[in-house]
Formats: sequence, C-alpha cells, structure tokens
Amino acid sequence: MTTMLNGIAASNGIAIAKAYRLIEPDLTVTKHVITDVDTEVNRFKAAIEKSVSELQAIRDRAEVELGADKAAIFEAHLLVVNDPELIGPIEEKIGAEKVNAESALKEVADMFVTMFESMDNEYMKERAADIRDVTKRVLAHLLGVQIPNPSMVTEEVIIVAEDLTPSDTAQLNRTYVKAFTTDIGGRTSHSAIMARSMEIPAVVGTKQATSSIQNGDIIIVDGLDGSVHINPTPELIAEYKQKAEAYEQQKAEWAKLLNEKTVSKDGHHVELVANIGTPNDIKGVIDNGGEGVGLYRTEFLYMGRDNFPTEDEQFEAYKAVLEGMTDGKPVVVRTLDIGGDKELPYLNLPHEMNPFLGFRAIRLCLDHQEMFRTQLRALLRASSYGNLKIMFPMIATLGEFRDAKAILLEEKEKLVAEGVTVSDSIEVGIMVEIPSTAVMADLFATEVDFFSIGTNDLIQYTMAADRMNERISYLYQPYNPAILRLVKQVIDAAHKEGKWAGMCGEMAGDENAIPLLLGLGLDEFSMSATSILKARSLISKLSKADMEKLAEQALQMKTNDEVLEAVQAAISVK
Amino acid sequence: MEKNYKVIADTGIHARPATLLVQAAGKFESDINLEYNGRKVNLKSIMGVMSLGIGQGAEITISAEGSDAEAAIEALTETLKKEGLAE
Repeated sequence: MTTMLNGIAASNGIAIAKAYRLIEPDLTVTKHVITDVDTEVNRFKAAIEKSVSELQAIRDRAEVELGADKAAIFEAHLLVVNDPELIGPIEEKIGAEKVNAESALKEVADMFVTMFESMDNEYMKERAADIRDVTKRVLAHLLGVQIPNPSMVTEEVIIVAEDLTPSDTAQLNRTYVKAFTTDIGGRTSHSAIMARSMEIPAVVGTKQATSSIQNGDIIIVDGLDGSVHINPTPELIAEYKQKAEAYEQQKAEWAKLLNEKTVSKDGHHVELVANIGTPNDIKGVIDNGGEGVGLYRTEFLYMGRDNFPTEDEQFEAYKAVLEGMTDGKPVVVRTLDIGGDKELPYLNLPHEMNPFLGFRAIRLCLDHQEMFRTQLRALLRASSYGNLKIMFPMIATLGEFRDAKAILLEEKEKLVAEGVTVSDSIEVGIMVEIPSTAVMADLFATEVDFFSIGTNDLIQYTMAADRMNERISYLYQPYNPAILRLVKQVIDAAHKEGKWAGMCGEMAGDENAIPLLLGLGLDEFSMSATSILKARSLISKLSKADMEKLAEQALQMKTNDEVLEAVQAAISVK
Repeated sequence: MEKNYKVIADTGIHARPATLLVQAAGKFESDINLEYNGRKVNLKSIMGVMSLGIGQGAEITISAEGSDAEAAIEALTETLKKEGLAE
C-alpha cells in the first residue's frame, strides 16, 4: 500500500529511487558480566577489524571524490581505531572485570574523550570528536547495527533524514543522490538551499519522513507539489514518470530563453543571476542562462574541514568562479557569513542563546581580522580574472561598513605595493537584511556601490520570527506590506544615488513576488540557477507599467494574504 | 637507544605531523616512546602523542628498544626533518 506524506516543496523536480536513511542508529550500551573472556575479546577484535577496513574504504573513496585534505580526517580515524593505548586497556578491562566489550569500549573511550575535552587547547578539544566518531563505528559493529555512510553509496538513492546539516551534505556523493526528504525545515533551511544548488528535488518539513520510511523503500519525491509517496503502486510510478516527463518538457520550453535577455513585455530590462555555493555550481548557472552570480556564499569553502582554507585555496576558488563567468558577467561574492545556523567547529565559538542575533557574519569578521584579511586578500588577488563585486553580510550600521571597507582598502594597498595586479573597478556593497540598514538606506546609498536585499533574514528580523522555528512559520510573510515598504525604500534609495539594488533571498525567485519586485524597480534578481528560466519566462509576459500599479496598490494593502491574492489575480490574467 | 630534538614547526606536533610520526613508528617492531616535559608515551599511539600537546620550541626525546631500534630512530629523524618539524 502506498503511503503519502505532505511537506514543503523546497526544490523543483521529481525523483523516484530507493530510500537511504541518514539517521544515527541507537547505540545505547548496557553493561553486563561475561563468562568467556576469549570470545568477548575476539568479538571486540573482529569489530575493530571491520571498522578498520570500513575506514580504509571510506578514506580511499574520499581521496578520489573529495581530495586529500577531506580524506585526512579518516586517516586520523584509522590511527585512533588502531591505537594500542585504546585497544590495550579495553582488552584488559574485558579480562580483568569480566564485562562485555561494548561497556569496556565505552568506558575507556569516554575516559579519553574527557581527557581531550578538558585540555586547554582548541585543537585537542576537537580530537575528542574524532574519538567519539571512531567509538561509534566500533560500537555499531559490536551491536550489529549500521552507521550510515552516505559517501559510500553506489546506487541512486533518496536521502531521508530528520534534517541535513552542512557537514551531512558535504559528504554526500552527488552522483547518486537523487533527492532529499526531511522531517523538519522550510524553504530557507540548509537542506532546501543545498537541494536547489545541487539541482535535485526536495520535500522538507514532512514531520514523519524518518518514522515512515525504511531503508530500501522505493519512494517518490515530488518537489513540485511537496508530496512524498512511499512504496508506490506500479500505476503511481507510471503516472509520476509521465509527470516527470511533462516537467522536462516545460523545462525544454524555458530552455529556449537560455541565451535571451530578461525583458518585460514593455521592454524593461532586468538582470537574472544565480546564488551559488561552490565553483562547481558555475556549470548550473551557465546551463540555466544565468546572467552572472548574484550571491557566492563563500562559507562553504570553510565548512566540512578542520582548519581554515588558506589564502591560495581561496584564491583558486574565487578565480575559478570569476573565470567561469565569461564576458565580464558580474560575480557578487559575499564575504564569510558564519554563525547563526552555520557553525565552524574549528573556530570554537561559545554556544549562544540567540545565534541569529549574535556573533556572526561581519561582526565576527571584524573581530577575527586575520581570518577576514586572508579572505579579502584572496578576493583582491582574484579580482583581475573577472568582474568581481564584494558584498559584506549582516551590516547593521554605517560604522561596520566603513570598518570593513577600510580593511579591504588596506589589504588592496599592501597587495599593490607587493606588485600584485588588483582590479580598480571592484564594486563594494552590502547585504540589506537588518531593518536598521533598510531604514537608513538613503544614507548608506551615498557610501556603498550597491545593495543586495537578503530577504530570508530581513523577513525574520522584521517580523521577529526565527525562521528555523516551525511553530511560527506563519510569520514568514514575504508579501507583508511591511516587508514590501522596506524593499521599496531600499530600491528607491539606491536609484536616487545612481546605484543598483538587487535581491538574493528566496523572495527574488518566487513567482508570486517577482511581479511586485519588478513593479518596485528591482534591478537584479538573484536566485537558484534552476529558477532563472522560469522567472525569465514570467517576466517576459509582464508589463512593468502594470506591475508598478500593482506594487503601488500592494504597498497600501493591510495583510500578506491580501497582497498575495492581488498578485495571483494579476498574473493569472497573463 | 634515544635521540633528542627541538621542535621548530610553528604548529608544534599536532594533527598531520602527529599522524605522520605515528604512522612511521607503526612500521617497526621495536617499542618506541616519545618523551616531553617529563611524560613518556607510546609513539605508536596517536592519542598518546597528541595528549602531550607539544608546541613550538619543545625539547623532545624519542627512544626505541628492540631488534630494529636503530632503523626506527633513523626513519623518525628523517620524517621530522623532511616535514620541517624538528632539528
């Protein structure tokens, strides 16, 4: 019997494949007395051996697929699992105390974890995590349960998880992962953003994906309407294959607009650019007709590793993106936006009660200047390879912008003195995602070169509604006139000073928001690459003059829903 | 037999360097120990080596006992020098 779940359609497309549960198994250990010491020690040795061969395979695979520095972590795990100071005491404990291998392992490993965690050195504290990881692996073998190893998947799968963290997605094998479905999350959660950047369908926030789906179940993920079907009937599979085909046909229709400019029915031109996370995403931008990159999220360079990327590593990544965007297509690079829901373990920041309102993004960068300067130097060095624009995230005050820009100019001067070629036409702008900055946009506009409105955060800060909290997700109201008025204020402020205003939040790719944004005069729309052609097709059917009128009316409306209805009525006529 | 070194790497003996040393030591039969600051650990144990928290400028001693002790010391010295860890 087919079971159906409903969630949030977070990334377009349809996938049919086997389920792969990315869930921690139950590794609860109970302590009991054993009689046959030899058998118990042998059982332990066998678990170690299995763990060793598993880790070797993962390391070899990681080396090929992810590169030597990602594989190094597994090299360290191999040394831990082979460590005589770990294995010896466990075997002794089994013999001397006549306890089961699981509890001996856990007690000895816990002792090491505590020792490393109490050390006065951040690096050592990190190693406690390695010991925990390795212990889990050996324990799983002892208990006969399986730890998910998504990097080892060798067939097409759909990932089923409670939620996906950046480190989970970093180890996914992109060749085989066909879709995601999760219990929690919304359109702006990491799993949704990643799915769009990987161009695979996703349905998030199903509440019960992990409790309803077993490993190996055949599932259908419909990222168009937000449904997930478990063990579908052959009829349903056939129906979905048709639906997938129809979707492909529509995509082919959009593809005709691939090399066209984005022009409204009455001849107004806007720019449609893409949000990317890594240089690998450039291909998707070109294949989907992107006119540039409106948001390069550099934090992915810093994630899924155990130390900072070097200046050279960063330079290579930035250069690759700039060179990939040929013919002077713009590339807006956002400087490191870490903190909030994106953590860097090796930065070792204290846990905060309110991370979204805390020490993150530019606030962190202005404090950790070495880290910030390294990134800026890498960007400046790469600037001569394309049309670079630098954007600072989470700017709340003009002072922050001035400080960040001063550091940028200092590094530029140093590089020029060293004889490095640095472009002289780098625009320097800011993300507008904090209400204080939107309110002061007229004054910011006299100093910045551009604005890019980050609606995901702007909405959560304006409505005072944590976007990770599902119970208040009704407050995520992109069409609320309060948001529209702020957006208008930012766009008008930019235009008054002869600057441009873009948008790089989810709203920029939302077909119900695009008509309003066109009417408000937005110059640049940055979205997932896969949304670009659809948006271009939509804009070609809209008249800017009409949308100006619509936007004007919307600004005077009272609720989110009222605006949404008005937009839908206006575009359904087209 | 034993030999003394001074650590010159600015990161000390952490992470990759520790991994390399333990991997090198693991190839030999002899018992190999690393001593720093009055504490002696098994050089074949990554956790032992890292628990010493050896930083730049540290004076360390490596000792080996067994059939291939001499070759072991030679190989470890080679690793330390090649990686620019110690002199």
